[in-house]
Amino acid sequence: MARAATNRRKLGLTLLAWSIGIVIFFPILWTALTSFKTEAEAVASPPSFLAFHWTLENYTEVQQRSDYFLHFMNSVIVSLGSTLAGLLVAVPAAWSMAFVPGRRTRDVLMWMLSTKMLPPVGVLIPIYLLFRDTGLLDTRVGLVIVLTLINLPIIVWMLFTYFREIPGEILEAARMDGAGLKAEILYVLLPMAVPGIASTLLLNVILAWNEAFWTLNLSASQAAPLTAFIASYSSPEGLFYAKLSAASTMAVAPILVLGWFSQKQLVRGLTFGAVK
Amino acid sequence: MKCALSLIGAAVAAFLGTSAQAETLSIATVNNGDMIRMQKLADHFTKAHPDITLNWVTLEENVLRQRVTTDIATKGGQYDILTIGTYEVPIWSKQNWLMPLDKLGANYDADDLLPSIRNGLTSDGKLYAAPFYGESSMVMYRKDLFEKAGLTMPEAPTWAFIGDAARKLTDKEQEVYGICLRGKAGWGENMAFLSAMANSFGARWFDMSWKPQFNTDPWKKTLTTYLGLMKDAGPRGASSNGFNENLALFQTGKCAMWIDATVAASFVSNPAQSKVADKVGYALAPDNGLGKRSNWLWAWNLAIPASSKKADAAQSFIAWATSKEYIDLVAKEEGWSNVPPGTRSSLYANPEYRKAAPFADLTLKSIQAADPLHPTVQEVPYTGVQFVAIPEFQGIGTAVGQAFSAALAGQMTADQALQSAQALATREMTKAGYIK
Amino acid sequence: MATAHSRAAARLTMSPAVLLLLCWMLIPLVMTLYFSFLRYNLLMPGTEEWIGVLNYQYFLTDPAFFAALANTLALVGGVLVLTIAGGIGLALLLDQPFWGQGIVRLLVIAPFFVMPTVSALVWKNMLMNPVNGLFAAIAKGLGLQPFDFLAEAPLSSIILIVTWQWLPFATLILLTALQSLDRERLEAAEMDGAGALDRFIHIILPHLARAMTVVTLIQTIFLLSVFAEILVTTNGGPGTATTNITYLVYAQSLLQFDVGGGSAGGIVAVVLANIVAVFLMRMIGRNLDI
Repeated sequence: MARAATNRRKLGLTLLAWSIGIVIFFPILWTALTSFKTEAEAVASPPSFLAFHWTLENYTEVQQRSDYFLHFMNSVIVSLGSTLAGLLVAVPAAWSMAFVPGRRTRDVLMWMLSTKMLPPVGVLIPIYLLFRDTGLLDTRVGLVIVLTLINLPIIVWMLFTYFREIPGEILEAARMDGAGLKAEILYVLLPMAVPGIASTLLLNVILAWNEAFWTLNLSASQAAPLTAFIASYSSPEGLFYAKLSAASTMAVAPILVLGWFSQKQLVRGLTFGAVK
Repeated sequence: MKCALSLIGAAVAAFLGTSAQAETLSIATVNNGDMIRMQKLADHFTKAHPDITLNWVTLEENVLRQRVTTDIATKGGQYDILTIGTYEVPIWSKQNWLMPLDKLGANYDADDLLPSIRNGLTSDGKLYAAPFYGESSMVMYRKDLFEKAGLTMPEAPTWAFIGDAARKLTDKEQEVYGICLRGKAGWGENMAFLSAMANSFGARWFDMSWKPQFNTDPWKKTLTTYLGLMKDAGPRGASSNGFNENLALFQTGKCAMWIDATVAASFVSNPAQSKVADKVGYALAPDNGLGKRSNWLWAWNLAIPASSKKADAAQSFIAWATSKEYIDLVAKEEGWSNVPPGTRSSLYANPEYRKAAPFADLTLKSIQAADPLHPTVQEVPYTGVQFVAIPEFQGIGTAVGQAFSAALAGQMTADQALQSAQALATREMTKAGYIK
Repeated sequence: MATAHSRAAARLTMSPAVLLLLCWMLIPLVMTLYFSFLRYNLLMPGTEEWIGVLNYQYFLTDPAFFAALANTLALVGGVLVLTIAGGIGLALLLDQPFWGQGIVRLLVIAPFFVMPTVSALVWKNMLMNPVNGLFAAIAKGLGLQPFDFLAEAPLSSIILIVTWQWLPFATLILLTALQSLDRERLEAAEMDGAGALDRFIHIILPHLARAMTVVTLIQTIFLLSVFAEILVTTNGGPGTATTNITYLVYAQSLLQFDVGGGSAGGIVAVVLANIVAVFLMRMIGRNLDI
C-alpha cells in the first residue's frame, strides 16, 4: 500500500513536471513547428498544431538567400576563439587568485565583474572608431577580441570559484616534492581543474554565440555571425513568420544541441561557488 | 592595447590584401521583397561583369539604418553600395558623404525617373542616389464589404467619409475592423502616417523659426480624429501595429480599409498570400478640403559613399539595378506584378504593367501628388512630406511617436500627448541650436 | 604561507587579465568621458565644440530619465524575484523522483540557449501578437477577448520574456545547490515532526542562500543591460513604459547619433551601475566569504 501511494505521488509529480517542462519549452517547439508551415498557414487562425501541410520551402528559401554556412562558421570561430583566448588569460589569473590570495584579491575580482556593467551602447562609437583605425572592422579577429574582453570577467570568476574548491594541501604536497610552478599547474592543478574549465568553456561559448550587440555592430559581410543572419529575417515587408521561424531554428539549433549533449559537464562547474 | 590592436589589424589587412583579386562590392540593403529579388537576380549582373563579385549584407530596416549611418559618419568604409531612404539622401549629400552618380551610362535615361522622386535625390543638379523603388500611400479597401454596407468609395475620399465608413463597417463580433492604421512608435512607423495625415489637416512640424507646432489646433484635430477613429473602428493592439502587422491583418480579412504604402497593393492583391486578393479596391489618401492629401513619399535608393575606392564598379551595379532593363528582367523572370514600382515614368506607360497592376494609376497619381518642398498648407523651413530632413529628426520623430503611441494605448489623453510632444521637441530643437 | 616568490608569480599571472580589462574599461571610458563634454553629433561633422556639462544637464532632465530609472529597477527586480522564486520551485520539483527526469530537465534548460533577439522575435510575433499570436488564438478559443500584452502590460510582458530566458540559469544553480544538501538533516527534521513548510523555511532556504546570492549577482550584471528584447518588442514604448537606461542611451547615441548626449548618458549609466555594484558587493561579502 505504501508502494502504491509512492507510485501515485510519483505519477502526480511526473504529470506536473512534464506539464511545466512542456510549457517552458513550448515557444521553441512552436518556432520549430512554424518553420515547416507555409507563410499563410503560419498566420492562420485558429492555428493548426500538427495537421498542416509540412514543407521545407522556408529552409530552402533561407538557404538560397543567405550563406548560412558562412554565418555558422563565423559563429563557431568567434565563440570558440573568444572562449579559448579568454581561458588562456583567465586560467593563470584565477589560479593565482584562488591559491595566492592577497589583500586586494576580492576587490580585483569585484572590479572585474563591475566592468561588465558598462552599457555597451554607450561605448560603441569609441570602439567603432578604434576598430576603424586598426582595420579590425568586419574581421573575425576583431570580434574575437571584443567577445574575449566582454566575457573575461565571467570566465575569471567562474574559474576562481571552481579552483577555490580544490584543496590547497594537494598543492603543498606537490611543492614538497619539489615540483616547479609549471609542473604544479600542468600535472597537479589542471587535471583537477578540467571539469571546471570544461564547464566554463561551455557557458562562454553559449554566451558568445548569443551575443548580439557587438557582433552585429562590428561586422558587415565577412565576419557576420548568426546574430546578423537573424537580423536579415526580422520584420521585412510582407509575411515572414515562417521564414523567420526557419532562420531562428537554424540559428538556435546548433547551440541548443551542444547545450543538451553537454548538459552534465555544463552543470558541474556552473555553481559559482554556491555549493559548499 | 591600441598598439596591440593595430599590430593585429595590420597583420589581418596584409593577409586580406594578398587574397583580393577580383573587385568585390559590399552591398548593404534592406530585407524587403524587392531587394531580396535583386539579390536573387544579381547573377545576371555578375555574368556580364565577371571581374566583379558581390557581397550582400541584408538587414532589417532599423538595424540597417543604424549600421550604415554609423559607418558613413565615421568613414568606416565597410560598404561600397548603400541602400538609403529619401530622408538620408539630402542630409548626407550636404555633408559630402555621397559620390555623385555621373557614370550611370548613356542609356540610363535619368529623365525617365519620376520628377518628385528624382528631385529628392538631386542637389546642385547632381544625382546622389538612384531610386530602386518608390512609394506613396493610399487607401486600400474591401470592395465586398463596401458593397454589402451600401457604400461607394470615391476615388478621392475625405476624412469625414473615411470616418463614417470605418464606423459603419466595423463588426467587432466578426473581427472585422473598419480601419487599420499604424500605431507602433517610430519616425518611420506611426509618425510617417500621422505627419502625412497632419499635412491634410493643415498642421506642420515646425514654423518658419523652427518652433514645434504641436500646441496648434491642426495637430489637435489630427490627433483627436485619429484616436477617435481607432477607438471606434480600429483593431485591438493598434499601438503595436506597424506596416507588417497591418498587412497581416488586412490579408487575413480583418480590415475593411487600410491606409498605407502603395507597395502594399502588390502584396494584398497577390492570391498566394492574401485571402482577400480579388476583393481589394484602391483610392487616393484622404484629404480635408484644404488642398493637401495625406499621402507620403518615400523611395529606397542606392548610393555610393564618397570615400569608396571602387566607384566605377559600384556605379555600374547601380546603373544595372535601377535601369529599365532590370525592370524588364524582373518582368521576364517573375512577372510584371513583381517589378520594383514607383521610379520610372516608362513603367506606368507600359500597357503590360498596367494590366498586371490595377493599382498602377493610383500609385502614380499618389506619388505625383506628394510635394516634399511644400508638404503642407502653410510654409515650412524644411523638406520632406512625412519627415523633416534634418539630422535631429530621427530622435525627435521617434520620441513624439512614442507619446502618440502611448495616447493610442490609452496611457494618456490626446492633450497630454501633444503637450509632451511639444515639450520634448522644443527641448531637442533648443539643444540642437535651431531655437535661439 | 605563500612565499614572496609565489606572490610575485601570482601577480605576474594575474597581470594579463587585469591589464586587458583595464584597457578595455579605461580606453572607451576616457573617450566617452571626453565626448560627453562635447557637442558632437555624428551626422554633423565639423560642429564639435566644448559645451561643459550641458549634455549631462539634458540627459538628467530628460522626462524619460526617471521613468527609465524606475523601469530599469523594476525590470531587474522583477526578473530576479520571478527567476529565484520560480527557480526554487523548479529545483524542488526536479529534485523529486519522477519518470522522464532527464528529458524534463532538458526541456527546462532550453530557453537559456536561445539568442535574446530570437526569443524576443518569437514572443512578440508568434505568441503575444493580439491578432495572429498563439495566446490570442487560445483566448479566442476559450471565448475571451485576446489580451494585447505589449500595449496593455508592456513592462510586465518584457519581464515575462526575460524571465523565461533566465529561469533555466537560476534553476540549474539552485538545483545543484539543493542536491548538495545533507539528506540526513532533512530526514532527522521530519522525524522530529517538522512539517514540509518548516523544513523548507528552516533548512532548505538557508542552505540555498549562497546560491540565491550568486544568481542575483550574475543576473543583475546581465539584466542591467537588457536591450535586444526591448528594441525588438516595444522600442521602449508605448510612451516610455519600457524604456530602461540602456535603451535611453541607445536612443541618444544610435538613433539621434548624438554622441555627446549618448556619452553623457553612458557615464550616468556607469555611475548608476557602480552604485548597484557596491550594494551587490556588500551582499556578496556577507554571503560569499571570499
